[in-house]
Amino acid sequence: MSEATTQRPMDGMPLWINQILAVMRLEIRKTLLGRRAFLLYALAGITPAILGLMVVVSSAFGLPPGLEEFGATMMFAAVVFRMILGFALYLGCVWIFMNLFRGEMLDRSLHYYFMVPIRRDVLVAGKFISGWTTSTVLFGVTTLASFLLLNLAFGVDQLQRHLFDGPGLTQLFWYMVIVALGCLGYGTVFLLIGLFFRNPIVPAVMFWGWEALSFLLPPVLKKLTVIHYLESLYPVEVSQGALAILTEGTPAWITIPGLLIFCAIVMAIAAQRIRRMEVQYGSD
Amino acid sequence: MSSHEQDTALKQNVDPQADLATEAEPEGPLAEQVPDERCLCFDNVSKFYGEVLGVNRVNLRIPPGITSLVGPNGSGKSTLMNLMTGLLEPTAGEIKLLGFSPRDPQNLFRHLGYCAQFDSFPPGLNGYHFVYSYLRVHGMSREEAKRRTDNALERTNIAHAADRRMAGYSKGMRQRIKLAQATAHDPQVLILDEPLNGLDPMGRAEIIDLFKELAAAGKHVIISSHILHEVDLISDQVILLNEGYVVAEGDIRSVRGEIDKHPLQIMIRCDKPESLAMRLVRMPHLRELKMHDDRQGLLVATSDSKAFYLELNDIVLEEEIAIEAVTPADEDVHAVYQYLIGSGQESTS
Repeated sequence: MSEATTQRPMDGMPLWINQILAVMRLEIRKTLLGRRAFLLYALAGITPAILGLMVVVSSAFGLPPGLEEFGATMMFAAVVFRMILGFALYLGCVWIFMNLFRGEMLDRSLHYYFMVPIRRDVLVAGKFISGWTTSTVLFGVTTLASFLLLNLAFGVDQLQRHLFDGPGLTQLFWYMVIVALGCLGYGTVFLLIGLFFRNPIVPAVMFWGWEALSFLLPPVLKKLTVIHYLESLYPVEVSQGALAILTEGTPAWITIPGLLIFCAIVMAIAAQRIRRMEVQYGSD
Repeated sequence: MSSHEQDTALKQNVDPQADLATEAEPEGPLAEQVPDERCLCFDNVSKFYGEVLGVNRVNLRIPPGITSLVGPNGSGKSTLMNLMTGLLEPTAGEIKLLGFSPRDPQNLFRHLGYCAQFDSFPPGLNGYHFVYSYLRVHGMSREEAKRRTDNALERTNIAHAADRRMAGYSKGMRQRIKLAQATAHDPQVLILDEPLNGLDPMGRAEIIDLFKELAAAGKHVIISSHILHEVDLISDQVILLNEGYVVAEGDIRSVRGEIDKHPLQIMIRCDKPESLAMRLVRMPHLRELKMHDDRQGLLVATSDSKAFYLELNDIVLEEEIAIEAVTPADEDVHAVYQYLIGSGQESTS
């Protein structure tokens, strides 16, 4: 019998943990170092780039009066809500999570994973965790950079006061939690869409519309959006406009475990799907 | 039937319903002596893509050694290989490789390496990381994965290009790196879909030596090809496929013997076809003779090609015929299949 038949735990860790870590290393390398990573970097960089420009303009000409009244705190909440969660993070998650399986089908490279001795549920877990790690780090950095730049546009004093004498650090922590949970929630939805739709772009765009119009939805339907749960964790009140139907936010102790349970259920469905999946890229 | 006859028996079951038991032995003594745990077993396996046939009612028992799946494009070779590796699920029947089911990848792929036909790779990886990363996914330690990667790259002679991105690899380099990935974990079963495609003659010789080395070590090496003569010299047994059916299987000598009995068509272009035809019709082994429309050549069919070529030389010298070309007209594998399929139909009618 061949040398490769023996299974032994490595570094004292169970085999499946080593395999998840190996899948993560491979996936993160592919996502961040591949030629297509440019799109992700562009999405992650667009908000800090705009805010950086604002720092340059404000240091030269000062802030527009309306903006100064609005305040850095409220403005950052709007930036996270509209530009990061509603645009960059959403599209970034579409790209990362739909490519986990659907993208590899299109690339005709999924079979490489199906040719290694790994349980398909472990493979799903490894790929999902790598997607979540990549998106969280990427858009976490975006959020951090945006936070610093936006406060800097209001002056160095404002930044120092906000961070060290005000609620800045606590707010930043909660925004990071929101970004991490946003990646989890959207990632879960897009993993599912990528597995069940041959052309996942159409449902992704429809879901984008659903999320964008969630402020108009009645309370029951709001609960079928990811953004509703993320809004509940906002450290400041964000105005959703005059037409918004207001509902009571879901408390964090429900939101966080709720998203984790949703994710676990979807992972189980995905694992089942992958177990039965055939690799048929085209003609035989 | 003697043991040799059994060993070399051909299976010509084009019609799966046809009972050809007197002529066909699906398993020779070699396969019978080997326990199931060391064989690749197909039990009445069929695969349909909707209503399109992939393979139908395949029964095989493949012992260690080099086995070639030969057939034209669309004959079901890749389907059979993808079924073995679990990339496809059979519509009916059961497959066991060394006793493992293809639906059990976490165990099967410790013993199996597959070099698929798909000529694409995960984006952003160079050759080294391609092999190394997948060994890490096996669960190997950094050191073990590195050692095995280095060995596999050396063995397949692609170490010099290991740090280059695979997107820039030539066809031959792609074949080598896929082979390195498939062999790096030292599997007992190696399944290789058209592994010689894109390799230059020297590369082919190297890779064929590697196959022989692996087979000599008691491993299963399953190779697919649409060119019979590419694999016939190295194969311990061949499985001929056509339109989803196993049309013949067995020792290569018996398959060759069957082919030798098949009248060979030869095209001759010359300046005196009439004179040549007058002499050729006297040959006892001549089966057919046709003059070309332009009256500048002949198409002949002979049941003894060796004797034909010897006598042709004499005639050409004696008659002072200027020969432009002598070309076998049906030596391609398609003609062999036509023959095998035809004889199968004849025997069932």
